[in-house]
Amino acid sequence: MALSSRIERAKREHGKDGNNGTDGKFFDLPSVPLFPFVPYSLFFAFQIEKAESNWERRAMRIVELQINGTKRRVEIDGERALLSVLRDEFDLTGAKYGCGEGQCGACTVLIDGRAVRSCLTQVASVEGKQIITIEGLEQKGRLHPLQEAFLAVDAMQCGYCTAGMIMSGVGLLKKNPNPTEPEILRAMEGNICRCGTYPRIVAAIQQAANGDKTAKGGAR
Amino acid sequence: MNEWLKNDVEFEPERYELTAGPAYQFELGEMQRRDFFKVLGAGVVIVLTLKDTLAQQESGGGRRGGGSRPVEIGAWLHIAESGAVTAYTGKAEVGQNIRTSLTQAVAEELRAPVSAIKIVMGDTDLTPFDAGTFGSRTTPDMFPQLRKAAAAAREIMLDLAAEQLKVERGSLLATNGKITHQPTKQSLSYGQLSKGQKIMKAIGAAPLSPSGEWKVAGKTLRKINGRDIVTGKHQYTPDIKLPGMLHGRVLRPSAFGATLASIDARLAVAPGVTVVRDGDFAGVTAPSQEAAARAVEAIRIEWKTTPQVSAKELFAHLKKTPNPPANAPAALAESLAVAHQKLERTYTIAYIAHAPLEPRAAVAEWKDGKLTVWTGTQRPFGVRGELANAFRIPETSVRVIVPDTGSGYGGKHTGEMAVEAARLAKAAGKPVKLVWTREEEFIWAYFRPAGVIDVTSGVSKDGVITAWDFHNYNSGNAGLRPVYAIQHQRNEFHRSDSPLRQGSYRALASTANHFAREVHIDELAESLKMDPLEFRLKNLKDERLRAVLEAAAKTFGWGKSKPAANHGFGIAGGFEKAGYVANCVEVAVDRASGKVRLVRVVTAFECGAIVNPDGLKNQVEGSVIQGIGGALFEAIDFADGKILNPRFSRYRVPRFSDTPKLETVLLDRKDLPSAGAGECPIVGLAPAVSNAIFNATNIRLRSLPMVPGGLKV
Repeated sequence: MALSSRIERAKREHGKDGNNGTDGKFFDLPSVPLFPFVPYSLFFAFQIEKAESNWERRAMRIVELQINGTKRRVEIDGERALLSVLRDEFDLTGAKYGCGEGQCGACTVLIDGRAVRSCLTQVASVEGKQIITIEGLEQKGRLHPLQEAFLAVDAMQCGYCTAGMIMSGVGLLKKNPNPTEPEILRAMEGNICRCGTYPRIVAAIQQAANGDKTAKGGAR
Repeated sequence: MNEWLKNDVEFEPERYELTAGPAYQFELGEMQRRDFFKVLGAGVVIVLTLKDTLAQQESGGGRRGGGSRPVEIGAWLHIAESGAVTAYTGKAEVGQNIRTSLTQAVAEELRAPVSAIKIVMGDTDLTPFDAGTFGSRTTPDMFPQLRKAAAAAREIMLDLAAEQLKVERGSLLATNGKITHQPTKQSLSYGQLSKGQKIMKAIGAAPLSPSGEWKVAGKTLRKINGRDIVTGKHQYTPDIKLPGMLHGRVLRPSAFGATLASIDARLAVAPGVTVVRDGDFAGVTAPSQEAAARAVEAIRIEWKTTPQVSAKELFAHLKKTPNPPANAPAALAESLAVAHQKLERTYTIAYIAHAPLEPRAAVAEWKDGKLTVWTGTQRPFGVRGELANAFRIPETSVRVIVPDTGSGYGGKHTGEMAVEAARLAKAAGKPVKLVWTREEEFIWAYFRPAGVIDVTSGVSKDGVITAWDFHNYNSGNAGLRPVYAIQHQRNEFHRSDSPLRQGSYRALASTANHFAREVHIDELAESLKMDPLEFRLKNLKDERLRAVLEAAAKTFGWGKSKPAANHGFGIAGGFEKAGYVANCVEVAVDRASGKVRLVRVVTAFECGAIVNPDGLKNQVEGSVIQGIGGALFEAIDFADGKILNPRFSRYRVPRFSDTPKLETVLLDRKDLPSAGAGECPIVGLAPAVSNAIFNATNIRLRSLPMVPGGLKV
């Protein structure tokens, strides 16, 4: 399914009543207009009718991105999802594909300091903004305090959700340096850990917030 | 099933995925007729196959081949001249943290620092044959195997040092990666001694450190490659990129069991796009994910489907088994007839999905006649067999490499994604990466079996269970037999024709069987107005289960207080894969909304001598949290061969807000061998929750999930 359709569906379905009784939205959609072009599905239907298939060349242009403090240029279709651009064009594979509908948070990156689902973010919408991925958290060999806390608490099992968890947690701590436990739960609700390390992730965020290097691992 | 599998592991019948036929019967026709199909110009290759090229397909996907364990030390462990130690195991890391615990095994016995040890896992060219990472076998089986190999290597280091230093062997001490002559403090490092040579001696029976004297094992060691995880550096299969690699997509049938009726790929024509059709398999490769997705959408494809059983008819369907229960044996029937109370109840269990956060993925490359596939599977050697079968090539021409994988929970035993990626790569003539979408993962993986469980029991006036007749339809026989001491009992598993593809799931049917049993036990206690814990202990001789029940009850404060209004307490316990678990649970029910919330879960767990206490605690906590989903709300909905809720927005998994306060009590039995812990701790949660909901509301819930749409009070 094309990105624009996925974004529309996510907006439609994950509102207040969405997700089988779980409360609240799970994701932040980018605040810029989502559909600068004709929705892809319509475009495509038109193409089928005309039995043409030059879509591969459609909408390619130079996109300039600020990723982890570095200016990066690439010639791509601006409608592509930021996630696939980060992963396939820039080899920044820390952000993961988990669902493609903003429901699991594995693809979370920071856009101008806010935690955003890169699978539902059109790359054109983040031009000129500061994109930080998990690869950009480490500074001069020093891990971010939340990365350190994840290690200290062993807040992971398979680790596939970890980058997204850390980016969501960093986004939360930027907004709210001393979150309460309910605030942490609310902010992290859109991130799934199928291994079930939630209590440890909460502990890691608390530890990073407190700057407490002595806290022990384990659940609450 | 194959002999090697039978010999290697205890094999439960609900591992359906291991006995199923191959996913695809490829014709592989393009090898002969490829040029004929290069007809559509513009860089497009439509690879179709002709019936006349069909070769006889071998049967039995992925189960041929196999092997036995090598005996020489060098197959398991290598010491480089630099002193770097490499251990080899065919097991796969899928989040259960065995890379760390196996490192502890080697460090402990070799007397080498953890930092010097690297473990190569799940690489069929480098590691000894292994049946697969399932059945909680790594700790009871691979942990001692690597200990033995490391201990044997240590003994050889001692031999070599005695020879080189020309001293009494007894005056030498192995510590910290070197051998020291104690009187003179002269020492030689393992690297100096081994000179990087492969140790060809047999492992033998070198003395192992007793668990009571462990220095590295038995202590918490943080995830060994944790830094690569928190920095995003670790490459899971979907993160791998090869030069010239293309992205693949598979055209999925419109329903299960559908056959490909027609395909029109003309509109998918684009530079670099290859469309492949081989039998009922159809897929594309393209230079980018997006181009592959667009090509898939552009292809007109029709499938021939057949009517199938839907979710609403499921349980009646599963009862139509080809081997229904016979009449109860006379002694059991008599015992039921004379019981003070007789209770007859039915419990049901829905299909659920593993939904590993890393969906199935594979990167395949054909090079110089050899196929190499990177893929997240729990059975690298099994997948190698599947690939060899599918492409009719020897297993020696196939290499499967398993990067540490984004979880499995028993759901990644099969290699269809590897076969698909390899088929696409073969057609494209370039390496291909295939990452299943979340929707594909939900639909085309296999499910935890659904089931119906009928229990008839009899109990004496003073609370002794006298008769027990337990019949599980379809979900499986793991955990089928009660640990309770019941004089007359019958426990049977009845195979059914499952409408959905089903297979292994963390703890297999033990969760279903424990749910039925432990809820039923609660119902018996209730019928006698006995305390559920007291009733259990009265009928329980097994000391290890008693110990965890008592430990959980003590920490929980069972019997010490009454629950608040609309809160309830529940208890359950069980045994699986050589581990013992008990849960005490507090739930809160919101009568207005019907929302059921777990407030507190105490878990007592015992699996012999503990290898890595915090790693174990992490597994136990994770089992409980994952168990919440199957207990309360996870269920696969389906109709006519289609999955109706194949997305996280339609299939609810446990999230942060579902997490109760967790308290985990680990009983360390240093006198017992270490058992695995990835499965057992999930089995007690669901019945404890059901029992707690009853305690809160007097409503007895006998179906998993219990409250998918909230509790109707």
